[in-house]
Amino acid sequence: MENVVQRLLKCSTSTFFQLHIVNCTGLGEEGVKAAVATSRLERGKLRRRTRAAVETGVGHREPGPRTRRCPQIAFCPAFCDPDSLPPRVGWIAAGALASIPTPAAHGSAPSIHKHGSSMASNSSSSGGSDRQRIAQQRLRIIAGHLQRPAGDDSALLAAECKDQGSKSDASSEEKTVPRRRQEIMKWNGWGYSDSRFLFNKKGQAEFTGKRYKLSGMIIPGLKEWFEGTFGANLQHKSPATPILNSSAVRPPTLNEAFVEELKSTGVPFSHDAEDRVFRAYGHCVHEIFALREGRIGRVPDLVVWPNCHNDVVKIVELACKHNVCLIPYGGGTSVSSALECPSEETRSIVSLDTSQMNRILWIDEKNLTAHVEAGIVGQDLERLLNESGYCTGHEPDSMEFSSLGGWVATRASGMKKNIYGNIEDLVVHIKMVTPRGVIEKSCQGPRMSTGPDVHHFILGSEGTLGVVTEVTMKIRPMPEYQKYGSVVFPNFEQGVACLREVAKQRCAPASIRLMDNEQFKFGHALKPQVSSIFTSFLDGLKKIYITKFKGFDPNRLCVATLLFEGNREKVLQHEKQVYDIAAKFGGLAAGEDNGQRGYMLTFVIAYLRDLGMDYYVMGESFETSVPWDRVLDICQNVKARIVHECKERGVQFTPLSTCRVTQTYDAGACVYFYFGFNYRGLSDPVHVYEQVEHAAREEILANGGSLSHHHGVGKLRKEWMSETVSNVGIGMLKSVKDYVDPNNIFGNRNLF
Amino acid sequence: MTTNRERHVERSPSASYDCSKFDLWQAQLYMDSSCLLASLHGSDTLLFADMQHRDPMLQKRDEFEDMLEERRNSSDLRYALRCYTPVLYKGVTPCTAGALKNMVLQSAQIHFVIGQVSNETGRAVDDIQEEASAILEEMAHSLQLSTVRFFAFTLSKVFKTLFRSICVNEEGIQRLQQAIQEHPVVLLPSHRSYMDFLLMSYILYTYDLALPVIAAGMDFMGMKFVGEMLRMSGAFFIRRSFGGDKLYWAVFSEYVKTMLKNGFAPVEFFLEGTRSRTSKSLTPKLGLLNIAMDPFLKGEVFDVHLVPVSISYERILEEALYARELLGVPKPKESTSGLFKARKVLSEDYGSIHVYFGQPVSVRRLSQGKVDRGQFNLTPRHIPKRPSEEIHSFVNDSAYGLVRAQEENMVLKPWVLLASLLLQNHHGDQASGRARGMALDELTEQAVWLRDLSRQYGAFLHWPDHVPPPEVVSSSLSLHRGLVTITEGRVQLASEQGEPPPVGPEEELLRQAVTVLSCVSYRNQALHVFLRPALLASAVHAASSSGKQEIFNSFSFLRNMFSNEFILCPGATVQDFEEACFLLVKTGALHVSQQEVVVTERGHRTLAFLTSVLDPFLQGYQVRVRSRLRYTEVLSSDLQKNALAALLRLGAVRKIKGYVGFDHPRVPVGSVEYARPRARLKLHHLEFISTNESVWFVAIRVSTDVKQQLRPYSAFGGKHEVFIRIMNEFIQIMNEFIRPTDFMMSDSFAVFFSSETLLLKCSGACWSDGEAERRARL
Repeated sequence: MENVVQRLLKCSTSTFFQLHIVNCTGLGEEGVKAAVATSRLERGKLRRRTRAAVETGVGHREPGPRTRRCPQIAFCPAFCDPDSLPPRVGWIAAGALASIPTPAAHGSAPSIHKHGSSMASNSSSSGGSDRQRIAQQRLRIIAGHLQRPAGDDSALLAAECKDQGSKSDASSEEKTVPRRRQEIMKWNGWGYSDSRFLFNKKGQAEFTGKRYKLSGMIIPGLKEWFEGTFGANLQHKSPATPILNSSAVRPPTLNEAFVEELKSTGVPFSHDAEDRVFRAYGHCVHEIFALREGRIGRVPDLVVWPNCHNDVVKIVELACKHNVCLIPYGGGTSVSSALECPSEETRSIVSLDTSQMNRILWIDEKNLTAHVEAGIVGQDLERLLNESGYCTGHEPDSMEFSSLGGWVATRASGMKKNIYGNIEDLVVHIKMVTPRGVIEKSCQGPRMSTGPDVHHFILGSEGTLGVVTEVTMKIRPMPEYQKYGSVVFPNFEQGVACLREVAKQRCAPASIRLMDNEQFKFGHALKPQVSSIFTSFLDGLKKIYITKFKGFDPNRLCVATLLFEGNREKVLQHEKQVYDIAAKFGGLAAGEDNGQRGYMLTFVIAYLRDLGMDYYVMGESFETSVPWDRVLDICQNVKARIVHECKERGVQFTPLSTCRVTQTYDAGACVYFYFGFNYRGLSDPVHVYEQVEHAAREEILANGGSLSHHHGVGKLRKEWMSETVSNVGIGMLKSVKDYVDPNNIFGNRNLF
Repeated sequence: MTTNRERHVERSPSASYDCSKFDLWQAQLYMDSSCLLASLHGSDTLLFADMQHRDPMLQKRDEFEDMLEERRNSSDLRYALRCYTPVLYKGVTPCTAGALKNMVLQSAQIHFVIGQVSNETGRAVDDIQEEASAILEEMAHSLQLSTVRFFAFTLSKVFKTLFRSICVNEEGIQRLQQAIQEHPVVLLPSHRSYMDFLLMSYILYTYDLALPVIAAGMDFMGMKFVGEMLRMSGAFFIRRSFGGDKLYWAVFSEYVKTMLKNGFAPVEFFLEGTRSRTSKSLTPKLGLLNIAMDPFLKGEVFDVHLVPVSISYERILEEALYARELLGVPKPKESTSGLFKARKVLSEDYGSIHVYFGQPVSVRRLSQGKVDRGQFNLTPRHIPKRPSEEIHSFVNDSAYGLVRAQEENMVLKPWVLLASLLLQNHHGDQASGRARGMALDELTEQAVWLRDLSRQYGAFLHWPDHVPPPEVVSSSLSLHRGLVTITEGRVQLASEQGEPPPVGPEEELLRQAVTVLSCVSYRNQALHVFLRPALLASAVHAASSSGKQEIFNSFSFLRNMFSNEFILCPGATVQDFEEACFLLVKTGALHVSQQEVVVTERGHRTLAFLTSVLDPFLQGYQVRVRSRLRYTEVLSSDLQKNALAALLRLGAVRKIKGYVGFDHPRVPVGSVEYARPRARLKLHHLEFISTNESVWFVAIRVSTDVKQQLRPYSAFGGKHEVFIRIMNEFIQIMNEFIRPTDFMMSDSFAVFFSSETLLLKCSGACWSDGEAERRARL
């Protein structure tokens, strides 16, 4: 047995084969151990990871929270099926989670693996017995896998497009995003139904559910911050309509001929009211607000769930034939009104939900590419790739729910773009179905000089030209080591100067973000209850050190959060380089915890918005990109404009108006603004909100900022498009549209 | 363009004179398309809609408090040494003068310009850097609290002696305080006296507000010690002209912007650029306003607030000085000894001062929809760029709006009305040759009438209503007894009794002219109140019919003609016409229908008064030479300058830039004061042909060089003989180049003479016909 494994390991560098072989051979637990032992000797690179895994597995202590080993194992994918994946020490989680008690049950749903370490549940430090238990569980699962029959590897096989009937029940279970989204997600808020913030009877904020690191925890500081910042009061509630009233939904206008032919193709579809409502909205505040009030406007008349590229081809052909309007739907995380059904549309509107096209079709380890169906959501893509020891490194804040096709269609950007690049850097090949036919390149050359890059007609087309069905993406071996960090600056100006210097020296870590003072305070308010007196004592000391000893003004200081990734030595070296630069700008290293909490804020903020809406607080974020010399000015002016406009429009309490610099580039940065206000007493809060956001966008443009860095234009920002790309530019885009889709089948009317 | 056009049409009182007609008319008149453009380009005063009510009577103004009262009751020393803790913009820590200089020198703009200059001239960068640093050294303020305290002490003493009260609107102060905390602030006081900026700082110190840094003319630096004192109290000094000096401009603008952007202190400057000698607001200068708005337009600050401040003096310290200056006696050079000599003013009563801090004007709001700030997106902001057409016209409109805001809050004293009445009467007397003067009760009656009229026109009149009118009149007259004499119950304009009798007719005229011009400067204070109705009244007067169209045409001609003379916002003709109609209709003087404008029975008196308000100006502009001057005030160089500028603008006069460089051996006529023996004269040769072609005028402007050289004479304090001598010398010089048959003028003095009549003969300041001819022959 040993020999077999050893030989196989030697001769094959492909994980894909490894998996196959290991699965096929049906090695027992002993065998695995043996294989591990062998590989340790034989294969240097693999060795470290494996050892880590094994050590963790048997309950050895990790060297400590600072060594962010990557306990993820190359084997793991083979042994662990995603649906039964144990709470392994997520590479993302590591030491940061040290102080967090483990939620009682380790989720068996794949969705526990969120982007950003902060989210995943983990248990590395909660006592020896716990570790023991986890190790045992882990072993059990590995064993379980080894006993599984070969061939149940649906997650990775380059499966032929199966028609609905042949899909096993098991495989639909493992989907993060089911066809009926309502089963796990909120219809009028962000994310999973089981996860939400609420103020409990004691008036303390807590986060429900079990999916996230923060789940089940008390956040003592939130109430005070919430009331203080927004002037909100827990007595004044503005609850949402609890259930979707199907009778409020207009009955569908169906194109009978289209439906008939669709039936014959076998592609599943539905005209159930809930299904349709779910696809009619993104996550703009006005959309969510309307849903919370139970107001439902025009929704798609039909939802179809193609299973593969060919299904899409068929649907598009039928749509053309019967003149039906198609609106592609990926993860539904749009914040640009892109999913809104145009009110002037008289044809039957069909929402084309790509969520079931979610397989990785193949992984090419020689070229480090993966060919993936475009409906896959970020968390699944990363998880599945991780199982093979790879990642794309594309981690937009919405990655739990947003889809690959959506990223391509909106020119998305991930937080670790400094290492991996934005979506346009990551795609190698795109296949898109348009009314004219399928567009794709003939080869996968890394760069081409063949006229304007046709990919760029697709990237950012926002569903106006067709449906992206398959994408070949660059992949990278999973980083061996990861480390968070944070730096406190005496003020925002210094912080920006530091980021600029970092960008100048081109030594930006995987992620570097600078939060302003308000956001720093916000992050602070989100600190979960501290378990030991010692920790709170340490916190107190830190605070005294920074504010008293170093003389930082608590109302001016700001924090940069950092994430380093890569080879351990290099990370440490890199870290030093960045901290040295920071020191030149008065920055003080402020520990990993702060860094992590900063990243946590990214994903909880969407949940927090729902909490705010329960108490008359409305909020939204928007972004821009801007040259370096304008960064400070734009931050200051846009924030001031928001406050100013709110005041003008009768908002009683000064709004929360805060920003952060989230990406650095050679020539500029991406800036994110958060804006929230207490709307109690306003007759039409959404209108006020829209006016303020409109004004803020005008301010951004007047200050040299772009219309959007990665959210896209949709319908929300359409009015500024010609100003942004010039009339000739609009003409060029329109002429492409006219050629590709002369009958406006993809009639979501985004962009122009 | 289109929107402007639409707006014009929209606001037209009737469809009969839409703007296209109006343009056509203009085009025909001047055959000058640029005029047409200018009229369309401009803006409207809608900008300041929040300040200008349709009915000026409804305008709400704050109450005044006398700040000297407290000074009279408590210790000045304690006051000067008290704890001074002003609130600052966003709580910034004030920056030391040295740090400020460093910030300026290290700015991207200065670096860029230094590089540019170095490329152009081939000079070493270090060298230019040095120069920049020297410029800054010359310019920068060095505000010191101790100096401020010194001034606080001395000024308290001085003010208490000179003035009865200094009244400030405290609500305005509160608004200012609020504004200072939230935004960078620019203070824009009106400029009537040297006292203005000392007074401003004094007030801000008293109310515990951040002390402003003040843009002052380089002239003050000529005053030893005092210049430095001013510098230490917050003044920074700029050269009067630095035309093409890129580096100077860069350092200067960056200096102002740095202070503004960082909000270290409010920046204060005078929109009018210089003291108005006539008490009439001067057309605004745009340079500094441009700089002040730049940080906002470029997005470097969220907003800038402009605070117009109206300072009204019951009696201006420089009263007689200005009148003489207007008549051509050069302005005395600023000097410490001059200041010392001027201490005699301390013994006189100058009444009270009213300082009104207006509503802060947000540049952000002002520019909304007018300026696309995105225009700076495509070039680095530190590269100096000429302001775009859009920005230029925006700044220009804003400047006019701000000056109007200053005007509107100027406090008018009863004397201003009396001066207007007395002047009109004086002119009438002169014309008819009747017995001079005006009966006291008649004056009182007319004054009461005018009081009511001006109130209806929105004047900010401080007429003590609880005092019977005769008392108000007599107390006003007594304050200005230098200008009026009362004999046998009749009031007339005359200089003070008891002075030595005039030496000759020339001096008699000069003395008379000084009195008249002093009076004129008081009347001018009220001009803005009557201006628009007066233009309409004159238009009605001049028009041959009562057709609305014709009256509008003639209104618009007059308005256009006088736009150098008065503050008339460019492009707001229709709006002004409507305003004038509204006011005159409201007071029942006119009846305006769709087609006609008719004077009502009771309106004649109003219209007669209004017409005669403008009459002196009309005469000054009429290119006709009369044998007898009806209005002595035509002698005012200010009027002549404006007239010439207007004629130039309207294309009636052509400007031939003839540079005549020469070395003239005879310039230093018997005078040791000339710094350079070889003067270099630059002649701006101006000629124009009057409509009746019988008279030719040639105007010569003397370049700055010459003025500088003639200036030493001013050390004599503008004595009459010296004045005559300077003029004679000047004419001698001029004689070499032109036929002395003409009309000559300069910034500081004007000489009239023509082939037919010598105006100067009237003023007695020049030679006889015979001599002129003799010289001409030479």
